[in-house]
Amino acid sequence: MKRVGLKDAGWRLILPVLCISIWYVATDVFHLTHPVILPSPTAVLRAFVRLASNGELLDNIGASLLRIFYANCAALALAVPLGLAMGLYQPVERLFDGLLSLFRPIPPLAWVPLSILWLGIGTLSVVFITFLAAFFAVLVNTIAGARSVDKQLVRAAQSLGAGRQRLMVAVILPSVAPAIFTGFRVAIGVSWMSIVAAELIAAHSGLGYMIMYYREVLRTDAIIVGMLTIGVIGLAMDFGTRWLESRLMPWRTGFHL
Amino acid sequence: MSAAGDKITARGLTKRFQSVRGEVVDALGPIDLSIGVGEFLAVVGPSGCGKSTLLNIAAGFDKASSGYIEIDGRTISSPGPERGVVFQDYALFPWLSVAGNIGFGPVSVGRSPAVVEEKVRHWVKLVRLEGSEGKFPHELSGGMRQRCALARCLANDPDILLMDEPLAALDALTRVRLQDDLLQIWNEASRERPKSALYITHAIDEALYLADRIIVMSERPGRVLREIVVPFPRPREPDIRTLPEFHRLADEIWQLLRRPSA
Repeated sequence: MKRVGLKDAGWRLILPVLCISIWYVATDVFHLTHPVILPSPTAVLRAFVRLASNGELLDNIGASLLRIFYANCAALALAVPLGLAMGLYQPVERLFDGLLSLFRPIPPLAWVPLSILWLGIGTLSVVFITFLAAFFAVLVNTIAGARSVDKQLVRAAQSLGAGRQRLMVAVILPSVAPAIFTGFRVAIGVSWMSIVAAELIAAHSGLGYMIMYYREVLRTDAIIVGMLTIGVIGLAMDFGTRWLESRLMPWRTGFHL
Repeated sequence: MSAAGDKITARGLTKRFQSVRGEVVDALGPIDLSIGVGEFLAVVGPSGCGKSTLLNIAAGFDKASSGYIEIDGRTISSPGPERGVVFQDYALFPWLSVAGNIGFGPVSVGRSPAVVEEKVRHWVKLVRLEGSEGKFPHELSGGMRQRCALARCLANDPDILLMDEPLAALDALTRVRLQDDLLQIWNEASRERPKSALYITHAIDEALYLADRIIVMSERPGRVLREIVVPFPRPREPDIRTLPEFHRLADEIWQLLRRPSA
């Protein structure tokens, strides 16, 4: 992984520091806005300390992360085999393509009303909606990966005596693994985005629920704490998956990063 | 060459395919050829003459449109470990180390871990990749990659080696070195059991240096223009490239190749 140098980090920090400065001057110094519309950075910091120390923030982060985990496990378990089958065998692709092409453009959030009717308000609904987002991300990438398996590698393996099973496990899977991983990374990203939106409506816990709750009680500082937490966790998850990729697929580091 | 001594026999072999625009294109043949047990046959031809198609049919990757190709009297219909294939672009598994690549064949045909390890050690040494066993293909030079690919292919102890312009992607100096490596490895591998080779190339000097016999192919659809028995004894020494006979034969092949397009 490329190391971020000091000079590089300095450049990245210029704009955030500038934004926070302007925000601080506009609120704490000149009091240009009402705290409900835009609280000051120090108020947000105080809200953060309060939410972090009474455990509320951690509980909600935990609830959201657990749902992300369930949803992505289910998405991987279903989308990887289906994507491989669709990418490798034309009849399977023909069979599923119509149905999936119809459902793919439907945003996961459009499923909220149905999922509340079917599964009620709670973890199950949120996991279902998040699963849909993750599922298509993994599926599309797995299909693309399976289609672009190097024919020469398959031929090489066959002429080395590999049967169907060994071909699948020792050649196709590692060939498609980088694409599956790309799909997984995208899935983590989109499922994180849709879980917050789903929790706004269909849950009694989680970061999305927390944001919605504090809107109802007009605590904008806590809303901003929730939003920034989402951003930081999203960033951390992206770094985590990149790091995992470089560890799991070291042969890929030769021609990227 | 007597029919009894033939390892590979092709009779009336043709390949035609449909182009994108729907035209039927004759890519190959009809072609007749045979390769004796332990014989090194090179096929030289202009690009697009179907020589790679010929190899792909022999490997079992492609099906012939008519005619047949047999090994020991059995028609080839699918790839098999008794025919090792060496590719121009190496086709090494990028996620496996040098040792993993070389051991792939033995593992695939069900050898025990101890045998696999023994074979890997043997072949790593023979292709001079000691110390690089743990490296991935992208960490190797072109010449090392092709030596690794050669070892991977030979680790299965195939009767036949099918090589599709294996040195074409290498620079001139590495190419000449690898010709010697190839012959030496070939000798070494043939010690226990003779190995036949089908070697596709467009490099005339390479064919003359390596092969026992050369088949010169015409432009598409590729047919046999001439068969040339290479008279130089083995083991081949690098200075045979300076012999008048070497140049006479090279010129003869060159005249054959350039005639149709002139």
